Amino acid sequence: MNNFLGLYNYWIVIILMMTGFYIVIAKGNLLKKVVGLNIFQTSVIIMYVSMAKVKDGAAPILTEGVEKFSNPLPHVLMLTAIVVGVATTALALALIVRIYEEYGSVEEDEIHEQDGSF
Amino acid sequence: MISHNLPALQIVLPLISAPLCLLLLRPKLVWIFTLVVCLATLGISVELLSLVINTGAISYEMGNWAPPWGIELRVDEISSFVLLIVSLIGAVVILYARKSVEREIPPHKHTLFYSAYLLCLAGLLGIVITGDAFNVFVFLEISSLSTYTLVALGNDRRALTAAFQYLIMGTLGATFILIGIGLMYMMTGTLNIQDLAGRIPEVLDTRTIRASFAFLTVGICLKLALFPLHLWLPNSYAYAPSAVSAFLSATATKVAIYVLLRFVFIIFGVTFAFEVMPMGTVLMLMSIPAILIGSTVAIFQQNIKRMLAYSSVAQIGYMILGISLASVTGLTSGILHLFNHALMKGGLFLALGGIAYHTGAARIEHFKGLGQTMPWTMAAIVVGGLSLIGVPLTVGFVSKWYLVLAALEQGYWPIAVVVLVGSLLAVIYMWKLVEAAYFNKVDKNEVVVREAPLQMLIPTWLLIAASLYFGIHTELTIDAAQKAAELLMEAGR
Repeated sequence: MNNFLGLYNYWIVIILMMTGFYIVIAKGNLLKKVVGLNIFQTSVIIMYVSMAKVKDGAAPILTEGVEKFSNPLPHVLMLTAIVVGVATTALALALIVRIYEEYGSVEEDEIHEQDGSF
Repeated sequence: MISHNLPALQIVLPLISAPLCLLLLRPKLVWIFTLVVCLATLGISVELLSLVINTGAISYEMGNWAPPWGIELRVDEISSFVLLIVSLIGAVVILYARKSVEREIPPHKHTLFYSAYLLCLAGLLGIVITGDAFNVFVFLEISSLSTYTLVALGNDRRALTAAFQYLIMGTLGATFILIGIGLMYMMTGTLNIQDLAGRIPEVLDTRTIRASFAFLTVGICLKLALFPLHLWLPNSYAYAPSAVSAFLSATATKVAIYVLLRFVFIIFGVTFAFEVMPMGTVLMLMSIPAILIGSTVAIFQQNIKRMLAYSSVAQIGYMILGISLASVTGLTSGILHLFNHALMKGGLFLALGGIAYHTGAARIEHFKGLGQTMPWTMAAIVVGGLSLIGVPLTVGFVSKWYLVLAALEQGYWPIAVVVLVGSLLAVIYMWKLVEAAYFNKVDKNEVVVREAPLQMLIPTWLLIAASLYFGIHTELTIDAAQKAAELLMEAGR
């Protein structure tokens, strides 16, 4: 039980991940899909940041009397992942704008209906 | 000095040139610049390959930080081979691209096309050359993001929805890979691939590593479009500009297969992947339907680019089937087909671009009478088609032969039957084109169709001729593939 609660941030990761994944699959609105994708990516960021924490570890700044530090590397990795996420979102939104210009809709079924087939 | 820094230049050159393209405003100038960069990149990979053959694997320390702390670029027997494929196709396609792009993309987007193309090339080369697991993710995203823009440049509006669909599925795949890498880092505290390979065995028997293995496999299989995860591929290839379809079909999925080989065989090892985890069974169960269903669906396509895209799904099935056998012969056939398929499918897509140059699209009705009006382009399609089917003297035969050998070696004769049935299905869909082109009269009221411009015909025939050459002189590619296969089988023992 203690273990269950002690790992609560990982449970949050799993819940967020599945929420995002579900939105991407289930929603027909392209904007909502992008939102889902963002939630999905964010969960991974929390996962990386959680694993960087060392129990009783201080911030990784060299100070006297502190021996135990948290691992700073995953944070740096996640900075890159955030940049990638921003780029993906921007590109997805740009594509949605172009799709809206061409089809006059951002609903998946209406778009497929206009093209006749999948 | 320069020769020492070749591995870094391999990525840095196209990466830096991409934004420089935007400064050169005139499309023709940009094309020449891109061509020069692509040729230089090709030169570097040729040089790297000869260095590796003569002196063995090269390890390059980025910024002089020693691995495993710093980022390592690693060129070995397998990666130098894949680097050569990618940069070769990159150069041939850009030679072809000018005419095709002029026809298919509005003028104000030409510079953007070339810079996205160079970014994509840099990303793909980066995935292959890097020795750092997280870097694989970063380069994967560089290449994927530029691929989405390239696909969206297609002149059909369906290109936009195809690009969006690709973006959603591609990002899911990349995020799965990111999760897998994170879980590995959690257990080992390292991201360097060589270092990971050394440390993973200690913690192999944990749920975290198994989960990471599963995430990585699914993520990479999404990227390489293995059967049930292939949904993004047909539309993206069908509606992208012709040059982009050719480039992507010949490189993007191949690089993903290389990543799969690298992660599964070098990091996790054959024993873990194929004996502890049911990797072989899973891949086999997905690649057999990929071959059969992909080829069958291809028969019913009216849009020929889409037909070739479905045939790509089937051909990826052959490669994965070879890998799933987890033997030296099986891997040899997979790696061999990786190279061979890049040649023939690249050539075929380039030929289709030549047809679309005059007709505006490549649907089956446009093929009527092309045997007379476009003899050279049609001849290229026929030779490429024979290679897809696997007729002797073409590259397609060599890799299928090895696949059948590998299957029989382990007594899986049903697999040999699957390969045969797949080839028969390929005969049917290629015959459709031949029938339309050679046994139908030209419609009188159609637009006048002439042979494609020489600038498009030469690159097409370069790839097609290479596919014939390597079908006859097989020693070179088989040797390279066999060496790579042995290396992979030994790596994770």
